Amino acid sequence: MFRQRVAELLWNTTRLALGTVAVCAVLGVGAAWLVARSSVPGRRLWHVLLVAPLAVPAFVNSFAWISLLPGLDTYAGALLVVSLSYFPFVYLPVVAAFRGLDPALEETARGLGLSGWAVFRRVQLPQLRVALLGGSLLVALHVLAEFGALQMLRYPTFTTAIYDQYRATFNGPAATVLAGVLILLCLLLLLAEVRLRGHRGYAGSGRGAARPVRPVELRALTVPVLLALAGLVGLALLVPLGALAYWLAGGASAGLEWGALAATTGSTLALAAGAAAVTTAMAVPTGWLAVRARGRVATLLERATYLGSSLPGIVVALALVTLSLRATPWLYQTVPVLLAAYAILFLPRAIVTVRAAVEQSPPLYDDVAASLGSAGVDRLRRITLPLLAPGLGAGAALVFLAVVTELTATLLLAPTGTATLATAFWSASSALEYGAAAPYAVVMVLLSAPATVLLSRDTRRGLPA
Amino acid sequence: MTRLGRATVGVVSTFTLAASLAACGSDADTLTVYSAQHESLVRTMLEDFTAETGIELEFRDANDSELANQLVEEGEASPADVFLTENSPAISAVDEAGLLAPLAEGTLSQVGEQYRPSSGNWVGFAARSTALIYNPAEIAEGELPASMLDLADPAWEGRVAIAAGGADFQAIVSAVLELEGEEATREWLAGLERNAEIYASNTAIMKAVDEGEVPVGITYHYYWFRDQAQNGLIGDDAELHYFRNQDPGAFLSTSGAGVLASSDQPEQAQQLVEYLTSRAAQERLADSSALEYAVGTDVPSADALPPLAELQAPAVDPGSLNAPQVTELMQEVGLL
Repeated sequence: MFRQRVAELLWNTTRLALGTVAVCAVLGVGAAWLVARSSVPGRRLWHVLLVAPLAVPAFVNSFAWISLLPGLDTYAGALLVVSLSYFPFVYLPVVAAFRGLDPALEETARGLGLSGWAVFRRVQLPQLRVALLGGSLLVALHVLAEFGALQMLRYPTFTTAIYDQYRATFNGPAATVLAGVLILLCLLLLLAEVRLRGHRGYAGSGRGAARPVRPVELRALTVPVLLALAGLVGLALLVPLGALAYWLAGGASAGLEWGALAATTGSTLALAAGAAAVTTAMAVPTGWLAVRARGRVATLLERATYLGSSLPGIVVALALVTLSLRATPWLYQTVPVLLAAYAILFLPRAIVTVRAAVEQSPPLYDDVAASLGSAGVDRLRRITLPLLAPGLGAGAALVFLAVVTELTATLLLAPTGTATLATAFWSASSALEYGAAAPYAVVMVLLSAPATVLLSRDTRRGLPA
Repeated sequence: MTRLGRATVGVVSTFTLAASLAACGSDADTLTVYSAQHESLVRTMLEDFTAETGIELEFRDANDSELANQLVEEGEASPADVFLTENSPAISAVDEAGLLAPLAEGTLSQVGEQYRPSSGNWVGFAARSTALIYNPAEIAEGELPASMLDLADPAWEGRVAIAAGGADFQAIVSAVLELEGEEATREWLAGLERNAEIYASNTAIMKAVDEGEVPVGITYHYYWFRDQAQNGLIGDDAELHYFRNQDPGAFLSTSGAGVLASSDQPEQAQQLVEYLTSRAAQERLADSSALEYAVGTDVPSADALPPLAELQAPAVDPGSLNAPQVTELMQEVGLL
């Protein structure tokens, strides 16, 4: 009965996911090479500007583009807008990987007569594979789950179709069929990433002394390269910020509702902080086990959390509506259920950083504390948690960032009368009241900016000035 | 304070905040209203309600079918006291699930008979007319179709805008189904699946028609009138065309109000629906910038609107419009 529609959605979804991954891979790797390995002037500044688009949520970016160019509601338009939002997901890990590469290997290859392109293809690219695949996986998963940006661009995918089904039939079989196909696609992606990553290792035998990289001279290409980078940053950053400023100025003349904006910001901050605390706390045991009790069970546990997070918010929210109505009706439409949805959706973001923090804190300290007579809660409070604190902070910041811009689960599960910046922005922009929508988008961008700066600082240190 | 101490305080205070957020849903003197009607219209009509009765209101705003299906899913456990819709199919679906309480005779008799179902379990509080919005620069008035059903002809391929995912369009389909039967409706929808450009909302349709992206679109009258009242901000190059002649395209859709049988404050909930259909609230609707039709007995609608009698709407029992069958048909042809 739904075969034709499902086929159409499958075609739309896969060609957008593949197209976006390809565009993001080219943009991300190209920009990372320029920043990490070339002589382009102002590399640190470009680095910050290339990460900065992460502070603009995809649906705000989409709003900016479609409000300026209504003709963008095509495949090409969707590809353009989504790629501009997501290419930093590839750029960030790849630039970090470049930083970790031993330049001696590249210089040896050059010494043996390889051209610059051959060095990139045969020496650098294989070593970047894990970072590139990880970034591409993130991009693909985000495209599968993207709702707001694509709905605004009138580009139907599984996720937007599930939302339409939900609007017409709530939890009907058609929505379930679509969600089932979507989950299969997510699983395929996760498996493909593991397979493609392979087992070949590229780790050096020792860190040795870090030697500064000798950048590849661009010479006559410097000006075109600068123009290209400026063009990319202009499209990904200046267009959305410019459009927001334009609509903000227009909306301000109609009168800003400061009270509503303040109340909405307050409830968003409270929800995001609550979700960050709960989710990070939940990430500690899994992150701990994955490092200190390595084995199949721990790995399975860790990977299982990715499945929930690869689902669109609306699928998780629908499941929680049904579950809370049946099992705990007194919790229905309350904050705890909403926080549970956020935890399911964003747990891996916290686990990744907590896990890294556990890796970096040697068990030795715990053992020493134990030998000195500190045990149980005392040791946890005085030794273990302080060691993990930076990782916990970073994980909390990532979850916070995600909750501030979450839309579909919030729409379904928020308590009656609670609006967040994302839902208020969504309802105003759906009514095409661009002036009224802009202030909410601006606050979302402002709240996201500090965490984005943190993310860029982490990788900036190793870059040549 | 140590770093950990500060973190603990942070965690505890966010929990307190979250808990206080959770607490504000369950106030005893507050009616929970699930409302699919435009926020501004409902708030204007009920402006003095709290001052006059001392009853506080809390709104959960979403679209017709979202809320209707949510109410059916919630069943007896629903926190809602009152349900307000934009169109009647959504409230009929809740009525058919046996979730609405009968309304007082005094409330029902405040509005015209054509605006309430035979069950007497809900009542109309506003009405809107179907219309065709078009761009005179793209298509001459003489070339417009005589009937809304003609838009399924191959000649209209790529030239008509609809908001297929929206409850407004689905209500219009339910009227076609009621008036023309299942087979004709399926054919019409299949034609639209081929012809139509899909937009997210009626406002988006108005904008697209105004900008010449598509020459005509199926919509309700008040989007255009509201925009005109705001100096044609979005749609100053668009015009409205009425089908009249009892055409399905002249369908007048009723916004319904009902009291949930599971309400723990049935008296106050009944009071709210009575207020909404009272002369005072209906006149307030007519005087407002909402520009939907008033349905109160002998209450004239806004002067800017063409009188209802001139629109020659087909006779449709608002209680008989069927939402689930419309969804099925639209899924079948691939519009959903």
